[in-house]
Amino acid sequence: MEKTVNHKAWFLVLPVLVLVAFSAVIPLMTVVNYSVQDTFGQNQFFWAGLNWFRETLASERMWDALGRQLVFSGIILAIEVPLGILVALSMPKKGVWASVCLVLMALPLLIPWNVVGTIWQIFGREDIGLLGYTLNALGVDYNYTQGFFAAWTTVIVMDVWHWTSLVALLAYAGLQSIPNAYYQAARIDQASRWAVFRYIELPKMQGVLMIAVLLRFMDSFMIYTEPFVVTGGGPGNATTFLSIDLVKMALGQFDLGPAAAFSLMYFLVILLVSYVFYTVMVNMEKREGK
Amino acid sequence: MARITLEHLAHSYLPAPQSPDDYALKELNLDWEDGAAYALLGASGCGKSTLLNIISGLLTPSRGRILFDGVDMTAAPTAQRNIAQVFQFPVVYDTMTVRENLAFPLRNRGRDPAYIAERVQAVARMIGMEDQLSRKARGLTADAKQKISLGRGMVRREVNALLFDEPLTVIDPHMKWELRTQLKSLHHEFGHTMIYVTHDQTEALTFADKVVVMHDGRVVQVGTPQELFERPAHTFVGYFIGSPGMNLLPATIEGDRAYVNGIHVPLGGRYGPLAGGTRIGVRPEFARLSKDEGLPVRISRIEDVGRHKILRATCFGTEINILAAEGEAIPAEASRVVFDPANVNVYADDWLVAPAQGSAA
Repeated sequence: MEKTVNHKAWFLVLPVLVLVAFSAVIPLMTVVNYSVQDTFGQNQFFWAGLNWFRETLASERMWDALGRQLVFSGIILAIEVPLGILVALSMPKKGVWASVCLVLMALPLLIPWNVVGTIWQIFGREDIGLLGYTLNALGVDYNYTQGFFAAWTTVIVMDVWHWTSLVALLAYAGLQSIPNAYYQAARIDQASRWAVFRYIELPKMQGVLMIAVLLRFMDSFMIYTEPFVVTGGGPGNATTFLSIDLVKMALGQFDLGPAAAFSLMYFLVILLVSYVFYTVMVNMEKREGK
Repeated sequence: MARITLEHLAHSYLPAPQSPDDYALKELNLDWEDGAAYALLGASGCGKSTLLNIISGLLTPSRGRILFDGVDMTAAPTAQRNIAQVFQFPVVYDTMTVRENLAFPLRNRGRDPAYIAERVQAVARMIGMEDQLSRKARGLTADAKQKISLGRGMVRREVNALLFDEPLTVIDPHMKWELRTQLKSLHHEFGHTMIYVTHDQTEALTFADKVVVMHDGRVVQVGTPQELFERPAHTFVGYFIGSPGMNLLPATIEGDRAYVNGIHVPLGGRYGPLAGGTRIGVRPEFARLSKDEGLPVRISRIEDVGRHKILRATCFGTEINILAAEGEAIPAEASRVVFDPANVNVYADDWLVAPAQGSAA
């Protein structure tokens, strides 16, 4: 077949190019530009090569923040995923209460992040916060601005409160898609509740749970607003996660070069993890479709 | 194995059923003989699956009792009834191997591993999957999955009955035939009571010793395929079974004669006075064209279906079908239809009426 050649058609692609350029390529390249230069103000830049990368990789501060970040993501995943499944399993399957539950579950997801932070910041205060005051009245030494343990607990409980719903809703959707015949067959086979979960529900939820883990990992790995509002990264550096540290470096100290190198590596870590997840998921689907 | 008796059984999905219309399953009494193969036939939504789920214990009936060998099982949970059920949608445990799938019901009942291994081997031979025991159940074809569900039922030696809820719906046509044949031979060999729910009359008639026909929540007839063909107890059975179904013509009955629009049709027996709307029912197989006797018809279409021809015609505004042999010539002047008197059935308000004297058979 004869194809019409008209190079003017390239103009149709232009809007997308412009959009992507301004939203992604140019900002990213600016960061790349900063990461290989040094500046002393007055808009004067000097070539620095890969120095900032070397410096960042050698800096204890970055490794500490990364360590805290991984521990944080690990803990919240270990809590939110099983808890979310448990919540989904105990939600009613249909009827008015199913809708009520869904709305209630969705509520925390609709609250802006800095508001979530503010809620918990006040909730946990020992002078006027319900939680903080009560705990202290009960004799628990709880002060998230001073205690390492109190700060971590607050940040983790806050994240669990905020995001378990997401896992629960996804798991619930997975559960709803299981045909009733599976449960009936299990009853005929005299399967125990645990066996039903292990051999029917869990395998059928596998796909959505992968998505839930991926979303929660990415989000928790980039968490900034909530801990920043509650603890500001303190006490000391106890809750200074990667993005909090990054903002301190870039805006607080105005170390543009190291901060740019830091953000690029941060970006690459997330990209890498997401890629691994994606590959695993696609392979799983392939196996399923076989 | 057991004889299953349903006594005054009725079921409604509503919490407080009032009129008969509220019942998905209207009151019925039925005996399922031990070791027989039954088909439960009816259109979608007529209550077949409800009845099946009541027998297997997945549903508790609103009224009535279920007895297994005379023992009341109405309140017994599914597991206690020792029933196996194969569903429309093949259910296998994806993450398990075929062997683990087959062993699952026995493992859950805490049977001894040596016994389980022996039963799994035996069942795998029955369903012809011995060479696939070690592979994962995920990714098997629909018919293989359906065989596994069947195997999971048969692995329990003491199973009382095997229930099938339209098991061939998602199976490829050529595999349907093979699976049905396999089921039939398993029935011959092992003599399980089998109840097979379907809306496909071919499936029902080829599978079952006895067919239970349901219509609108009611059992309208229980009989052998031949009985259903020759003496449909209800007009629904008449037109649901047969291809094409039975011809039904409004008629008035007087003794051994029926009158359709004033024209006389001889009957096989003598009938007493009948109340309600009366109709005569004749299968297309027992109707033939004629030049000078019988009811006037107008032939609208002739369909050649291979072994015979189907003549589509109208008789006083009612559509009827006539079967003609493959080689038979259809004369142009044939404008009347004659029925074989012995095979004309009389229906009053849709139910078959037996002649007062003179057997029709």
